[in-house]
Amino acid sequence: MSAILLKPEAFQQASPTATAVPTPRAEIIALPPKRATESQLVKRLNSMFVTVVPPLVVLALMLLAWELACAGPKAALPAPSRIWAEAHDLVTQPFFVNGPQDIGLGWRVLTSLQRVAIGFGIAALVGVLLGAFVGQSVWAMRGLDPIFQVLRTVPPLAWLPLSLAAFRDSAPSAIFVIFITSVWPIIINTAVGIRNIPQDYRNVSAVLRLSHFEFFWRIMIPSAAPYIFTGLRIGIGLSWLAIVAAEMLTGGVGIGFFIWDAWNSSRLSDIVVALAYIGTVGFILDRLVAFVGELATRGTATA
Amino acid sequence: MIARLDPHDHTTHANLRPGQAFLRIDHVDKAFTRGSTTSVVLKDVNLSIARGEYVSIIGHSGCGKSTLLNLIAGLTPVTSGAVLLEDKEVNAPGPERAVVFQNHSLLPWLTVYDNVRMGVDKVFGRLKSRNERHEWTLANLDLVQMGHAKDKRPAEISGGMKQRVGIARALAMEPKVLLLDEPFGALDALTRAHLQDEVMKIHAKLGNTVIMITHDVDEAVLLSDRIVMMTNGPAARIGEVLDVRLPRPRLRLECVKNAEYLRCREAVMRFLYERHSFVESAA
Ligand SMILES: Nc1ncnc2c1ncn2[C@@H]1O[C@H](COP(=O)(O)OP(=O)(O)O)[C@@H](O)[C@H]1O
Ligand SMILES: [Mg+2]
Repeated sequence: MSAILLKPEAFQQASPTATAVPTPRAEIIALPPKRATESQLVKRLNSMFVTVVPPLVVLALMLLAWELACAGPKAALPAPSRIWAEAHDLVTQPFFVNGPQDIGLGWRVLTSLQRVAIGFGIAALVGVLLGAFVGQSVWAMRGLDPIFQVLRTVPPLAWLPLSLAAFRDSAPSAIFVIFITSVWPIIINTAVGIRNIPQDYRNVSAVLRLSHFEFFWRIMIPSAAPYIFTGLRIGIGLSWLAIVAAEMLTGGVGIGFFIWDAWNSSRLSDIVVALAYIGTVGFILDRLVAFVGELATRGTATA
Repeated sequence: MIARLDPHDHTTHANLRPGQAFLRIDHVDKAFTRGSTTSVVLKDVNLSIARGEYVSIIGHSGCGKSTLLNLIAGLTPVTSGAVLLEDKEVNAPGPERAVVFQNHSLLPWLTVYDNVRMGVDKVFGRLKSRNERHEWTLANLDLVQMGHAKDKRPAEISGGMKQRVGIARALAMEPKVLLLDEPFGALDALTRAHLQDEVMKIHAKLGNTVIMITHDVDEAVLLSDRIVMMTNGPAARIGEVLDVRLPRPRLRLECVKNAEYLRCREAVMRFLYERHSFVESAA
């Protein structure tokens, strides 16, 4: 039965490439090789200059202002120069190991990242599944959305006591705090994405008789992907925000606990360096999720 | 395998008895209810279509053409009456009634190939080997001359190309009935003419049963064996059915001088602009 379509001669009249007589072709003139390599390099350097230099200038000015403001001997906070003097080893040697509790900030960040990866991973999974459910059903949306909107405003620290009481162990409680902080934007954004699946795509899948699973996997997820990644991006930011709260109770070697510990022994310079670490890592995480999202939703946004 | 009835033998559908029709729309009403208000869109629609026939549905915008097509597709349930395909009631959508939607509705995250392949896998997953399904997908893309763009995404191709891929996706499912909802509506005149010719060729080759919605009189006359003219809504019904007795293959340039072509064209124009001219409803 497929023979009707597969006969190649059937297409000949319609497709010009199939004709036997060679048609006179336009002469191919080789264009002079583009000077692209050189000028492109210049362009790229230029754009890098434009994006990198302004923040560096602003940073320098801020450090200068800070230095001047905290210059006096009675200043409450350490000036940048003093921080450097006291804590530059934390910056220059992120991966030293001097004992089980005395390790570089790089190791501490990795420990914390591991914790966040677990909490955020669970949040991503649960958030997308629950969001898909909520977005699919009008009644689930009506019933759950207001509750989610209220819960999402609860700060991470406020979940701590409840979490400890429920789990009676610090390790799962810490992960739960990260989870519960970051799951709401993932649920809410996924649900909105699912609600916004065009009727056309639903019609297509109905005509194809896709099963529920196929519909979920092949239509819902890709169609809602831009929304889902928006949720994930907000979520990863929040879960990193929750790390200090979470590690207050786990102790150990995470960057969050390091700050808590430094505060208890009044090492203000160490805290400032740790803040810089946390900010940088948070920024990288955000860009990472955004990048993955861009890769995954290529084409979807421009329908 | 597709036994094509001679479309020029108009006795096949002139007075089809119920049991003979391939597709039958039997006393169909359609009303939409929103809250406490019910709006009747279609009222008592009856139509019998023979296998291999090319039927156009024409009517003013908003009269219920898409609604009728969705009923046949099974995407919306009838309020009363029934749609019967080979004497079996249609009550759910399925690939044997493939739809080419008004706005192509290709999945933007899939390549052209994957858009077609998805349907092929779904329909022939058990019947054909992986390799056969690959070949079949390519064959259908070639049929609409889109083989060259198989790895492109919908966003990277023109509107006419998207519509071609939509047609390939529908044809690849080997539907019993091909449903086209204003397939060329959004295209420029030249692309439109080109695709019309293409669809005529495909219809001549495969002999599928086609129901096409259009609001273009020339398109209806050129392509169809019969033209179904709908009255204005609300509660639209079939006002008139016109046989187009033009021999096939039909060539655009020869047709425009043909007396039968002009007669059909005038009949449809009279129906649309004299007797059922468009009135913008207050609703
Ligand atoms: N899902 C729906 N709910 C309510 N009314 C609808 C729905 N779909 C279509 N209609 C109404 O039915 C009428 C016919 O619509 P449609 O079939 O799309 O017209 P056409 O395709 O002929 O332009 C319109 O008045 C439209 O508002
Ligand atoms: Mg319509």
